[in-house]
Amino acid sequence: MTKKAFRPDVDAPEWKGGYSPYDIIKEGTIALVVVALLTLLLAIVFGSPDEHAITIKTWSNAAPVDFATTALSELNGTSTTAQYGAPYNHGSTGPQLGPFTLAKWAGVRISVNTVNDFVIDPLKSQPSQPALSTALTQWSQASSSERAGWVADYTKAAGKMTFANGQVMVNSTNAGPVPVFIEDLTQMARSGALDQALITQAGFYTTNYTMPLLFLADGTYLSGLADHQHLTGDQWGMMNETGSYPGQAWLWLYTFWYQIPPFNTSANADVLVFAIMGLLSIGLLVTPFIPGLRSIPRKTRVYRLIWREHYQNQEKT
Amino acid sequence: MSTTEIDRQWTTRLRRRAAGKLPPEKLLPDKQPSYVSSWIYVFGVTTLAALTVVIATGCLLAIRGPQWWHSSSVGLFVNSLHLWSVEIFFFAMVVHLWGKYFMAAWRGGRAMTWMTGVVTFLTSIGAAFTGYVSQSNFDSQWISTQAKDGINSTGVGAFFNVLNLGQMLMWHIVLLPLVAVLLTAIHVLLVRVKGVVPPFEDVPKATK
Repeated sequence: MTKKAFRPDVDAPEWKGGYSPYDIIKEGTIALVVVALLTLLLAIVFGSPDEHAITIKTWSNAAPVDFATTALSELNGTSTTAQYGAPYNHGSTGPQLGPFTLAKWAGVRISVNTVNDFVIDPLKSQPSQPALSTALTQWSQASSSERAGWVADYTKAAGKMTFANGQVMVNSTNAGPVPVFIEDLTQMARSGALDQALITQAGFYTTNYTMPLLFLADGTYLSGLADHQHLTGDQWGMMNETGSYPGQAWLWLYTFWYQIPPFNTSANADVLVFAIMGLLSIGLLVTPFIPGLRSIPRKTRVYRLIWREHYQNQEKT
Repeated sequence: MSTTEIDRQWTTRLRRRAAGKLPPEKLLPDKQPSYVSSWIYVFGVTTLAALTVVIATGCLLAIRGPQWWHSSSVGLFVNSLHLWSVEIFFFAMVVHLWGKYFMAAWRGGRAMTWMTGVVTFLTSIGAAFTGYVSQSNFDSQWISTQAKDGINSTGVGAFFNVLNLGQMLMWHIVLLPLVAVLLTAIHVLLVRVKGVVPPFEDVPKATK
């Protein structure tokens, strides 16, 4: 039987050299103490950021027109969430990876109807108000085309929306109940009631913030604050956090792709970047089995630096 | 009970197999090959030490619940400890990973050691990410609303909802740490079973 040829990138030579004393428990203990002290030092010197969460109340009071415009976009179906597609709704096909529409295949599993979930249902939860009750009844009894007509009329006039004397001002003429909806939803938001209405849609106890977060993200207020904190996608935002903290620096490669063409302009950037990172991760995992890739360490000879002492001893003897 | 019957027991077989693969002198060695003398070896044990501090500080945060650190200066300090131990953990792990790559540490039947290390690294990224979106502050609002697009685009978002605080927190404090610690344990045991990879056989320059 012939002996298998030695493959330097796969096989390791048998060690026939000497051994040195090694106290694994002592090494582990020292490492733990040093890391604990270093952690303590960094925590004392730098602390950690904790920028309070913004609420819909904060948003609608700071930027009422942005809020009301966003509320209208939920009603007329032009918001990001309304046109999102899976997993929230059927608003679009969603991102494509070549011929594959992965999100669409997974289906609508976190159903979000922006008209009902963000506007009509929260308004229904309000204590009885004659004008609002009438508006809601008018809406519920109207046909789809009537609703679309009212919303279109209001949308047309909303380009000149203002907020004065604590009220949303839009000069619409035939918008049916829509002006009442937008005005009352804005007042509801400014009082803090919309925060609760969106969060508690699932019942008394909940830890699911999908609805308010989607609503917040549809406006420009949240992204404006993020831009100010250098957190947006074109600012390597995914790996950053508020303040001058290192954040998730280990996501640098994932974030890197979003900075360069074609990903920085592609509508399918999210799925393309995920696909690239998936392939790179698999490549890293199976490196020991990929000829060429597994030879780089031997060919670059960086190991000479790592085992410098070993090779120096070898050369001496 | 006959000897044969004892020999056939699952417990007996497992103990013998474990003792054969990992005798006490391998599990807790008191000597190492002389080539194990480089600064790069520090980063493996540093990663383990940092993981210990990460878990310990995470447990401290868990005692008073997820909102505590927003309203207490002590809580904020514990959060700072948790944050910086995570930063040290990733720094040490990345240096460890690249060090092992340039040592071609998969050689000599150590491919599984390499692979468990890579999966632990990827799991840790998931654990850190779920931590960032569970902070219940502005950071988590922004990161989760941005990250949802990437995750949703793969179809995974239908089941793994980054906007669901409860789900993310459970993944962060239960599922992913469990997997990361289990994989780390397997990784370390594989290192002990197979030993540290020897250097490449290199002809000294003087004798070339």
